[in-house]
Amino acid sequence: MAKRSFLIPGVDKRLLIKDSLKAMPDFTRRRFIAGGASLGALTLLTGCDVVDSSSAETLLAQVSKFNDAVQAFIFNPDALAPTFPESAITKPFPFNAYYDLDDAPDIDGKDWKLEVRGLVDNKKSWTLDELYKLPQVNQITRHICVEGWSAIGSWTGTPLRDFLKLIGADTRAKYVWFQCADKDGYNSPLDMRSALHPQTQMTFKYASEILPRAYGFPMKIRVPTKLGFKNPKYVVSMEVTNDYKGGYWEDQGYNSFSGS
Amino acid sequence: MASLTVTDEQVGVTPAKVIQPVWVRVMHWINALAMILMILSGWQIYNASPLFGFRFPREYALGGWLGGGLLWHFAAMWLLMINGLAYLVTGFATGRFRKKLLPITPSGVLHDVRAALTFKLGHDDLTVYNYVQRLLYAGIIVVGVLIVLSGLGMWKPVQLYYLVMLFGDYPTARYVHFFCMAAICAFLVIHVLLALLVPKSLRAMIIGR
Repeated sequence: MAKRSFLIPGVDKRLLIKDSLKAMPDFTRRRFIAGGASLGALTLLTGCDVVDSSSAETLLAQVSKFNDAVQAFIFNPDALAPTFPESAITKPFPFNAYYDLDDAPDIDGKDWKLEVRGLVDNKKSWTLDELYKLPQVNQITRHICVEGWSAIGSWTGTPLRDFLKLIGADTRAKYVWFQCADKDGYNSPLDMRSALHPQTQMTFKYASEILPRAYGFPMKIRVPTKLGFKNPKYVVSMEVTNDYKGGYWEDQGYNSFSGS
Repeated sequence: MASLTVTDEQVGVTPAKVIQPVWVRVMHWINALAMILMILSGWQIYNASPLFGFRFPREYALGGWLGGGLLWHFAAMWLLMINGLAYLVTGFATGRFRKKLLPITPSGVLHDVRAALTFKLGHDDLTVYNYVQRLLYAGIIVVGVLIVLSGLGMWKPVQLYYLVMLFGDYPTARYVHFFCMAAICAFLVIHVLLALLVPKSLRAMIIGR
């Protein structure tokens, strides 16, 4: 008699699976078998040699991409970030960067111009005075850092989607890519859907005062639906593009979507 | 069901009583792995912006740096969540939770805690959980649900705003997440210690009987 292994006493597991499969409708049966393949893929994660860090990293990057796809599928990209009363504002609102405040860009507002590049009809550069004349709105929202801390602030500026419309940007493009004046050249891509989100803002004021140096003078991009590092400060140019051009933190391994 | 009949081989052999059915064992060990990955990568994330005046030792924090810790955390979460959901559904559907974990009475817990502390708590029948076990196992399921809910709220505080509201606000969800982790670590220490003191319970979780 052939050697049999018994998972459940008195029951031959091979025959049990055969019977169970027969009881399944055809569609489910196929998915069950296909599911076996992905379960096998899962053992790669558990069985992978962590010492061989490159294979682990590749796998983790793949899962991160998978997470992005799942998020895009189940979440509403236009969901609004919660807003707060003025009494909820965090005081003082923290300065945060990969350098000290003394090393923050010290920009002369009279010389500064916002450069506009890429898939736009009007590539003219904008002076600060010209930008200040655009209609502005205020938002009190929570800034959440990838590190976990958070703070509530009050930002005033022009909705980015209004500006993109004004310059005739091709909003079917994939990204708006921001470059900044920070040392080491900070930059960050923003997916177009988030760029067109009603709360995404070209910020010129903090707490109704001209944006101070600590918070990104002369212009910050405030994206309350993204983690803090996707909210660039000291912006000097924006480019509407279909190419993924990477970003300061994104290139080091933070998830580029990082939407909240 | 013709193929499910008992063959001659088994007749006369009375297999030992199954203490832990196979689904419990499989899910238990998947959960153990997922929990350890989540805790160690969670320590890495905590270290980036500590809630209290200490950091976890670098050599135990998974991922090398914050970015790596986050990648591990958001990968292992699938293992924890899918396995956890399957466990909850199966636990309720089979009646295992009701049969094994209930009732939990204060007098029963008090009696068994006293017995445990004086080393008089019997473990003759591992299929019946004593009141200390019932309380700990039911409690850790509640903590597991809380840590997943607070974690999801922190992961997507805009999309899952109602989950954040459940805990009050975003910073509070962070504290809840931390204290749930601390509770799981405390449970883990006691759980492993007791399993080593009663090795047949460990055997039951591996081979079932």
